[in-house]
Amino acid sequence: MSLRRFTEHALSEWMRGEGPQSDIVISSRVRIARNLSGLPFPMLATSSQSAEVVRKVEEALRQNPVDLVIREAELIRMDDLSDLEKRVLVEKHLISPHLAEESRHGAVILSKNEAVSIMINEEDHLRIQCLFPGLQTDQAWRLADELDNGFENTLSYAFSEKSGYLTSCPTNVGTGIRASVMVHLPALAMTQQMNRLFPAITQVGLAVRGIYGEGSEALGNLYQVSNQVTLGQAEQEIIDKLQSVVRQMIEHEKNARERLMETMRTQLEDRVHRSFGVLAHARIISSKEAMERLSDVRLGVDLGLLSSVSANVMNELMVKTQPGFLQQHARMRLDSDERDMRRAALIREHIHKQD
Amino acid sequence: MQCQECGKRPATLHYTKIINGEKTEFHLCDGCARDKGEQMPGFDGGFSIHHLLSGLLNMDTPVSEGKPRGQEGSPSGLRCSTCGLTYSQFSKIGRFGCSDCYQAFGERLDPLFRRVHGHTAHRGKVPRRTGGKLKLRREMEQLRDELSKCIRNEEFEEAARLRDRIRSLQEKLQG
Repeated sequence: MSLRRFTEHALSEWMRGEGPQSDIVISSRVRIARNLSGLPFPMLATSSQSAEVVRKVEEALRQNPVDLVIREAELIRMDDLSDLEKRVLVEKHLISPHLAEESRHGAVILSKNEAVSIMINEEDHLRIQCLFPGLQTDQAWRLADELDNGFENTLSYAFSEKSGYLTSCPTNVGTGIRASVMVHLPALAMTQQMNRLFPAITQVGLAVRGIYGEGSEALGNLYQVSNQVTLGQAEQEIIDKLQSVVRQMIEHEKNARERLMETMRTQLEDRVHRSFGVLAHARIISSKEAMERLSDVRLGVDLGLLSSVSANVMNELMVKTQPGFLQQHARMRLDSDERDMRRAALIREHIHKQD
Repeated sequence: MQCQECGKRPATLHYTKIINGEKTEFHLCDGCARDKGEQMPGFDGGFSIHHLLSGLLNMDTPVSEGKPRGQEGSPSGLRCSTCGLTYSQFSKIGRFGCSDCYQAFGERLDPLFRRVHGHTAHRGKVPRRTGGKLKLRREMEQLRDELSKCIRNEEFEEAARLRDRIRSLQEKLQG
């Protein structure tokens, strides 16, 4: 069954770490929300109306001229997936938890390389998502825009001159665009500069949050920066602003890394190698510790302090060590203690494979 | 700025609450914000973006701003005739039921949009097929901006080219 392709292989294109600025930027994502005119939004749609949305989108997909990307795309219905399979798609950032758990007639269209995922009947009828490695917000927007135009050839969108694209939630109205960049900022975190950066970013209409973490502390020093404003600014302005703020964050992070290398090289080396030692030899490791250690090791690789692993192994392991993946890999349900053991074994296996 | 709750950590969450017209400002650190249940949207812990929105919707709105076309009575009695969602339901859940809700709740939404986005009118992309004349008008606005820039910079050849394009768009719009 072809679905296995998406749930068994951990590596999506974005995890290969071969994009611009990929020593600091993990991935860039653009999502646009669209609704079909004449049908209630998914929250109030009846079962048959939701089914109609899937039908219409499926038909439009077949006629979409952006066939290079979409040619080998597949439409997968949430009802056809087990809970575990859904969870794996969530961990790969291909679908949202909302689509996995709460949608009625929810479905997703996935391109073969997993750069495109189009959610159907999530909070909006359509959520077109493009995900690229490194800092490629422009490319992600261009592709999303193209796909959107392709669908618009056949589908009539809910749109008004004044408010733009009409969305279920008022926070998405207008352009319907949410662009986000996932950045790895260990040096800024180590030097405690994130608290200064956060409010500044909020003031220009962007938001920063951790990606796997609860609360303010981003697990593995990974942060997601995204636009908050969708009304009153053109798409390109939104993309440009995000891009320019992220570029500044990259600069700050690079400076902080340099300063750390100059003033605390030995301590940094010690930290990187200790973490590498734990990952290479631990028998039990929690998800939180794994993320922290992987972050240290990734920093070590980026700074040239460690050469026995590659940076994309870290990207891959950050996904593969999530609960859904571990259980998929083991082909059975695992409790948290068992997961901690499996996680340690999986990491060891990957690290030693690289030697 | 230090957190007003613990006075130890720097404040990272800043917001203003208005209860019965009385304005109170809050400056909290992440830890205290979490303890007070005032987390930012996107974090776990039950305080969602929709709670936040519903807070914004229930703020006092001057009555003059809230008279949508063809609607009578108090704003909470507003109802979308297409999907049946009432304004008061909308203000509780923070989501629209269908695209006609935007029309039904009318200008009452402007203050909300202003608070969330700082703007009330769309300036971005327009659907190619169904956007119709709006798309042409937008293109013309953009060309006019470029034209005045060219004139300012004394690039007259380019200006003449832009002028011709604007004329042909004008003809299309009138035709």
